[in-house]
Amino acid sequence: MAVPPFERFYEEHRGEVLRLLRRRLGADRAEDAFQETFLRALRAYGRLDHGDHLRAWVLTIAQNVAVDTLRRTRPTAELVEAGAEDARPAYTELADLTDGLGSKERSAVVLRYGYDLSYDQIASALGSTPDAARQAASTGVRRIRRRIST
Amino acid sequence: MTVSPDLDRRFREAAATLGLVDVGFDIVDSPIGELLVAASDRGLASISFDPDPDEALERLARIAGPRVLRSPRSVDHARRELDEYFGGRRRAFDLALDLRSLPPFTVSVLEQLARVPYGETTTYGQLASRVGHPRAARAVGTVMNRNRIPIVLPCHRVVGSTGDLTGYAGGLDRKRTLLELEGAR
Repeated sequence: MAVPPFERFYEEHRGEVLRLLRRRLGADRAEDAFQETFLRALRAYGRLDHGDHLRAWVLTIAQNVAVDTLRRTRPTAELVEAGAEDARPAYTELADLTDGLGSKERSAVVLRYGYDLSYDQIASALGSTPDAARQAASTGVRRIRRRIST
Repeated sequence: MTVSPDLDRRFREAAATLGLVDVGFDIVDSPIGELLVAASDRGLASISFDPDPDEALERLARIAGPRVLRSPRSVDHARRELDEYFGGRRRAFDLALDLRSLPPFTVSVLEQLARVPYGETTTYGQLASRVGHPRAARAVGTVMNRNRIPIVLPCHRVVGSTGDLTGYAGGLDRKRTLLELEGAR
């Protein structure tokens, strides 16, 4: 599928993004995070190869913006718990395999092998570089292999 | 969940201010109906009569990139000049135009078209002669029909050799109204 005009993408997903951010951050902090989520998406949008799985992509961006926001305002112990509970894009078939991974590794594995997104797209969702995204996916896969072989 | 108008506006303003938009657009009211007006950082890119913007947005994305976002401030300059034009206070536009990806023949026809004065008309054949292709009246007609920036590039001032209005992508009623506004008929 071709990448749709950003306006269409924004109209389709803004409600769900705001809902997710309110659940994670509360109404006040959700507003800044909402803006940051779509600005991150906009920065990366011109480099997208295709328009598939944009929902998973933008929800991952929102999850990571939420984690960044919490990191700035909450003690580390709480953050880890919050991240483990929620910071993952849904992809049922990979849920069992990826459950033990950290949030960045899990997001990278799911977006790469579940949704077939490029490392460029994954990097923009994670707020990292394509190399770091590749590294996160590869570390995640190595951990999964190690676990299922033991 | 509904995004409040204020949050929505703040996002759109931030996107435009940070220069993250390939093309910004807005709906502008006018005596000939709502216009979808779009501008890039190169200038005014499109004016569309179609109130359903889907096709217009797809076309803008193909021309200038997929970051097409409704953003009122992107078209403030064009909106002001269009308001003045429709209010009878402006006879010529002073707007940079984004004509990227158009073939050279089309660009040269549009350049000549831009010189047709307010309140006057010309014919397809005369315009063809002015670009050095006197037999290309039909091709000039096609350029007029596909004009991405009507009103500002005044294809409404081009009529048939007998003086008939002939055709207009926005419909003959709009062409007639524009010519009457300019006192051309």
